[in-house]
Amino acid sequence: MTINTEWETVIGLEIHTQLSTKTKIFSGASTTYGAEPNTQACIISLGMPGVLPVLNEDAVRKAVIFGMAIEAEIAAHSVFARKNYFYPDLPKGYQISQFELPIVGKGFLDIEVDGEIKRIGVTRAHLEEDAGKSLHENFHGATGIDLNRAGTPLLEIVSEPDMRSAKEAVAYMRKLHELVRYLGICDGNMQEGSFRCDANVSVRPKGQEEFGTRAEIKNINSFKFVEKAINHEVERQIELIENGGRVVQETRLYDSVKDETRSMRSKEEANDYRYFPDPDLLPVFVSEELKAEIKAALPELPEAKKLRFKTDYKLNDESATILTSSRDLADYFESVVKISGCESAICANWITGELSAALNRADLEIATSPINAERFAGLVARIADDTISGKIGKQVFEFLWDGSESADEIIEKQGLKQITDTGAIEAIIDTILAANEKQAEQYRGGNEKMFGFFVGQVMKAMQGKGNPAEINKILKAKLA
Amino acid sequence: MHNKTITELAQGLRAKEFSSVELTQHFLNRVNKHADLNAFITVTADLALQAAQLADVRIAKGEAGLLTGIPMAHKDIFCTQDVKTTCGSKMLDNFIAPYNATVVDKLNAVGVVNLGKLNMDEFAMGSSNETSFYGTVKNPWNKNAVAGGSSGGSAAAVAAKLAVCVTGTDTGGSIRQPAAFCGVSGIKPTYGRVSRFGMIAYASSLDQGGSMARSAEDCAILLQSMAGFDAKDSTSVDTPVPDYCVDLNKPLTGLKIGLPKEFFTSDLNADMAATLQTAIEEYKKLGAEFKEVSMPNLKYAIPAYYVIASAECSSNLSRYDGVRFGYRCENPADLNDLYTRSRGEAFGKEVKRRILMGTYALSSGYYDAYYLKAQQVRRLISEDFKNVLSEVDVIFSPVTPTPAFNIGEKTANPIEMYLADIYTIAINLAGLPAISIPAGFINEMPVGLQLIGNYFDEARLLNVAHVYQNTTDWHKQSPT
Repeated sequence: MTINTEWETVIGLEIHTQLSTKTKIFSGASTTYGAEPNTQACIISLGMPGVLPVLNEDAVRKAVIFGMAIEAEIAAHSVFARKNYFYPDLPKGYQISQFELPIVGKGFLDIEVDGEIKRIGVTRAHLEEDAGKSLHENFHGATGIDLNRAGTPLLEIVSEPDMRSAKEAVAYMRKLHELVRYLGICDGNMQEGSFRCDANVSVRPKGQEEFGTRAEIKNINSFKFVEKAINHEVERQIELIENGGRVVQETRLYDSVKDETRSMRSKEEANDYRYFPDPDLLPVFVSEELKAEIKAALPELPEAKKLRFKTDYKLNDESATILTSSRDLADYFESVVKISGCESAICANWITGELSAALNRADLEIATSPINAERFAGLVARIADDTISGKIGKQVFEFLWDGSESADEIIEKQGLKQITDTGAIEAIIDTILAANEKQAEQYRGGNEKMFGFFVGQVMKAMQGKGNPAEINKILKAKLA
Repeated sequence: MHNKTITELAQGLRAKEFSSVELTQHFLNRVNKHADLNAFITVTADLALQAAQLADVRIAKGEAGLLTGIPMAHKDIFCTQDVKTTCGSKMLDNFIAPYNATVVDKLNAVGVVNLGKLNMDEFAMGSSNETSFYGTVKNPWNKNAVAGGSSGGSAAAVAAKLAVCVTGTDTGGSIRQPAAFCGVSGIKPTYGRVSRFGMIAYASSLDQGGSMARSAEDCAILLQSMAGFDAKDSTSVDTPVPDYCVDLNKPLTGLKIGLPKEFFTSDLNADMAATLQTAIEEYKKLGAEFKEVSMPNLKYAIPAYYVIASAECSSNLSRYDGVRFGYRCENPADLNDLYTRSRGEAFGKEVKRRILMGTYALSSGYYDAYYLKAQQVRRLISEDFKNVLSEVDVIFSPVTPTPAFNIGEKTANPIEMYLADIYTIAINLAGLPAISIPAGFINEMPVGLQLIGNYFDEARLLNVAHVYQNTTDWHKQSPT
């Protein structure tokens, strides 16, 4: 191997998305996050002797929704299998998963990197139950087990090894993250572990068809860490090979503090999971009727929505991209347009501008915005019909954000209504022109900048409430 | 009182000849008197008397069914809330079930009086009750002989009249073989007829609960209240439960009975062959017609059964890890030590043997040759039965090759023990219903005959058994 070899990176991702069902995949226990340890562990979550699993139909439905969104084949007949291994937070000593016959077959997702569209294959997606959590702190050398999470439904989405850089991997992960939230099948909360990623990474000399030996990096829970972990792993593998070493197939852990991956277990130490069909569960049959019903109810997907926003609302690419980045934001925009009856451009500007900035500052999502679409539409409508200027609009926005009154109530109470009465504007302009004769002369002498000075003076005198267009018009006439 | 049938006892209770409390006390006295049989693991005298009091109130109000106030007992494989549920194992010697099995709930609802929990082979793995952590059950006909297994405590309790009727479970003959050894009647219903929820799993695809009593009629009455769809068991079947008593006396004229030639060979013990021939003549007198049938794949039943049952048990018993419930070794050094010593110290030899066999059969590289092949054989055996049952109404066969053997006689040779299940195992693989009823004596020990029916044809099996019992008195014989 020469130092000058050019390397190509090959990446495949396995993403665990937690399906947002109310109850667990095989029991009626709640899936709500953050409860006191073991308060959501029913006898089935605990794997008590004699208990049996009963499949939650909503989990199946959500898996089918996903399959349809990536144009995958939905298996008419899929089977749950037991994955056998011992671990303290795995109550039954096996995880109920799908092995040979997953519910979702081959599909794809298109990603965009540096302006180029690339199609990433999805090999399969299967349903399975999550394990519990081992708690190593505060137990004085012992380990605590919290089984609240045990039995939470997961959809494991396995990609083809189609990605060639960490950047592509992140783009794919982001795209998938956006999609599952769009579909309403996963809350996408990465801190709470609702969306986790395992990355299979290998390198090969450019041009070589055969894949290199891969390492699997487990449980990466942020976009940033996925990129760093992959880049680090690629460097490690190239350096290893160039120094005459050999990559071994193994599972590695990413340490975000030290920014490095560490070996967890090698292939030889890997479990033999002894998969076999779970005799406690019947095969899952997805009927044509169910598929048709789900297809009809499938929400508009991000790409289609973006296209529609561009044509129907005449938005530019940037605004359309931002406004369709989440279903909630897109819905909000459409509500504002509908309620306010205003031009879509002004709605888009105020949402992507003032509102987005405020949400960012407060670390809030559109769904938890203190200003709902109705109140926001009230603001936009008053700007659009010239009741207030854009500048006053920003003041009204602050009141909307902090209180519960409508834009109209705020404008009324604070006396912010724009003055469009030409007589009143004329009188103020006359006073200002009289007090600033020198500046008027300068303007007439060709110093165009002076016009701005007069606009400012008039606005100041009118406490910002003057209609800018009227002011301009009258000033122009008087200064002519 | 202990010689009466359920119907006679129900009449006596209604006529106030005796109360349920008196009846219960009478049976509790018998349980104490015959403690040497070792039929019970736990006697719940106080709870039984409380239940009897409630039953008496119900009877007085005229709200009683046939089973209200009848003293019965559960095999210790059914979870009973707040009562120790051991499954015959040291592993669960400290296990107080936090919930009731569906069967227990259903029977409580009709007002039975549960006397306690019956002895059984450890985790239902055994044919002689010699694998129980609580010691071997003695055969009431000869205390040197085994009572059979795994529902040995159930069969002995009925034979010695310690309970009017009992529950049992049957994975490969565990109701029918002990019934035959102890001279009682026992029915294993169609797989899916009786809920498995709360019935501690041995081999999930084969386990089925059923009833045992001194007559087919009493079996029918008990089964009536056990059977039915249960939303908590995905493998239970949602088909209506017919009235098992209404057609009990239907004449057998024209009934077609199949005799599998593979079961009636020169290998069959001459005394057993003669006893069964007498029964065949009796059935002919009752109007039945016999026809030789062939099931060529029966010879593979035993190996297929031991692969499938062991594979499923190796996974089902993984939950006994010393972490959440059951036995935990003292002062575990680390996690591995906790697992290996807890399981090593609390599981008996036969359970360990089957876990090992099952783990091997499911291992990577062996799965296809063992588990998959066994499942294929299972389908062939089911096909054999299906073909035969399209020609005949029921199949007639031996239950066991010999009467009950002596305690200790076969413990040294597990294969010999396994081969003794040759006539019962195939029925579980096919999931069919079958009943074992007394058919005579060999060397003063009872032997049985087996009738196998089509899926959900329990009513016919009970009818065919009951009509035979109307004209014979083998089932009325009692041990001295």
